[in-house]
Amino acid sequence: MKQMTYAEAIRDAMRVEMLRDPNVYLQGEDVGKFGGCFGVTAGLFAEFGPGRIIDTPISETAIIGSAVGAAAAGLRPIAEIMFVDFTGVCMDELFNQAAKMRYMFGGKAKIPMVLRTPCGAGMSAAAQHSQSMEAWFTHIPGVKTVMPSTPADAKGLLSAAIRDDNPVVFIEHKQLFGLSGDVPEGEYVLPLGKADIKRTGSDITIVSWSWMVQKALAAAEILAKEGIQAEVLDPRTLVPLDKEAILQSVGKTNKLVIVQEAVQTSGFGGEISAIVAEHGFDLLDAPIKRVTAPDTPVPFSPVLEQAYLPSVEKIVAAVKSLF
Amino acid sequence: MELTKEKLLGFYETMMTIRAFESKAVALFAENKLPGFVHLYLGEEAVATGVCANLGTKDYITSTHRGHGHLIAKGGKVDLMMAELFGKATGYCKGKGGSMHIADVDLGILGANGIVGAGLPIAVGAAFASKYRKSDAVAVCFFGDAASNRGTFHESLNMASIWNLPVVFVCENNMYGISLCQRDHMNICDISDRASSYGIPGITVDGNDVIAVFEAASEAIKRARRGDGPSLIECKTWRQRGHFEGDPAIYKDPAEQQSWLEKDPLPRLAKRLIELKYATQTELDQIQASAAEQIEAAVKYAESSPLPALTDVLTDVYAG
Repeated sequence: MKQMTYAEAIRDAMRVEMLRDPNVYLQGEDVGKFGGCFGVTAGLFAEFGPGRIIDTPISETAIIGSAVGAAAAGLRPIAEIMFVDFTGVCMDELFNQAAKMRYMFGGKAKIPMVLRTPCGAGMSAAAQHSQSMEAWFTHIPGVKTVMPSTPADAKGLLSAAIRDDNPVVFIEHKQLFGLSGDVPEGEYVLPLGKADIKRTGSDITIVSWSWMVQKALAAAEILAKEGIQAEVLDPRTLVPLDKEAILQSVGKTNKLVIVQEAVQTSGFGGEISAIVAEHGFDLLDAPIKRVTAPDTPVPFSPVLEQAYLPSVEKIVAAVKSLF
Repeated sequence: MELTKEKLLGFYETMMTIRAFESKAVALFAENKLPGFVHLYLGEEAVATGVCANLGTKDYITSTHRGHGHLIAKGGKVDLMMAELFGKATGYCKGKGGSMHIADVDLGILGANGIVGAGLPIAVGAAFASKYRKSDAVAVCFFGDAASNRGTFHESLNMASIWNLPVVFVCENNMYGISLCQRDHMNICDISDRASSYGIPGITVDGNDVIAVFEAASEAIKRARRGDGPSLIECKTWRQRGHFEGDPAIYKDPAEQQSWLEKDPLPRLAKRLIELKYATQTELDQIQASAAEQIEAAVKYAESSPLPALTDVLTDVYAG
């Protein structure tokens, strides 16, 4: 184990996997000498050189489209899109090409590629640099969607994504890049589709992912002081989703709050809510609650942004409303 | 590469196979035997044939919604193609893709494509893979005149140029993007002019002359193979049918259609073969008959093949 930040853990996963497999390379805007917009790829250019750490023009369509072609031809590209907000520019390459080629071609192709991209608000980056777009990706059969909340999960899940034979959207959170934690050294691979209980509790289940796991854990500490033991479940990968773990936890606590940073309508929290309503209705002693951003663009001014974001207080209030 | 008798007769066979496949598709569609849409390559056979004659199995192509000709010219199997058009379990894609999504990755065919202009960055990626592996394989991207107006064209040619990738962009200018003629969708005559914006060579050739196509492609592909980077070839040609079967193409001037039918690439090559005494009319007729037989056999294969099992809808979404 070694103390690493979330950003260092992501870098370590790429480094270890690139050392292990010569077919793995990274391309994206400013990922080379500059080290990435958030410093995540710092040092990789010096270690692996311009042949494997590739600065691209500002051409998101060609970044993802060429990754699809290289993956179809047998390489394992990691393609970075600087902000998840920019994925609209390359959406066709992801959802019509990468995601569907295997199925359309009758199972005779595989597209082993990772689209790495940071999401999330909290730094006054405003409406085009702060969104949480995961529901766009979870709605595409053929793509896997991963959203780690800790440094160790980030490393283990990114390694798994790189080794996976499918297109994987790996969404990092800008607010987590500086978070430190114990991370296994060397090769470390976690399974995709396995949830993790970040805090055990008996009174209510809080399902959340990415940065919101940290908020849910903080809320759980406050709730514990008031006699409510919250279980915080992090699915870690939204597709494939560990439905059994969610139903098992709700079976124990009989109450469910879902916390997502994304706007509410058609968000992934709605999907989890539907799964529990369909398969666990009898387990519930109270209505399912969602804590989400409102259905607005992300505002710029810090006070507005704080009002927009799900907060520890909002989570605490949502939980308490069920008791 | 010298244009021997064998080579030219090979061109004729390939073009005639494409012609027979597409002509049969016209009939089958009219008989309601083919579900969905078919976009036919009739009239454009010289382009795929002349280009792919320079390629081997290790080389890649990306194709379009009008892809049957590219697949046949790159070595695709007509029985598996026909079965796919019928939506049968024995088709190239087990009936999951249809006409617009046929691929054969083992032959380097990275897919026909239902999105106009989508093949360009995919071909760039395949060319990148080739360079990354230090292989001398090249990628050829087929696309139409209208696709050259898409952002994928710009991003792909720019990226291929700055990375000096072994890719050849082959624009099949059939003068129409669905119903819109070229003069109404761009303000230039020669799409090859766009190459200079990316610092790569661009050339326009008569796309209905298989020899002209072959020679231009030969030069561009050799250049790519030796590591000298991408090129753009514009092949001026003509879509003899509507955008898809069922489109009466009322937007085309009948006189223009007639003048292009007179430039049909197959009779042109036939005339050349006879002039060069490489074949007699009887021998050419035999090639035509043999192509038709091959396609009839493909139809029999398709018609006698089983439909997919209903449970197949759920498979092949994810690998592993």
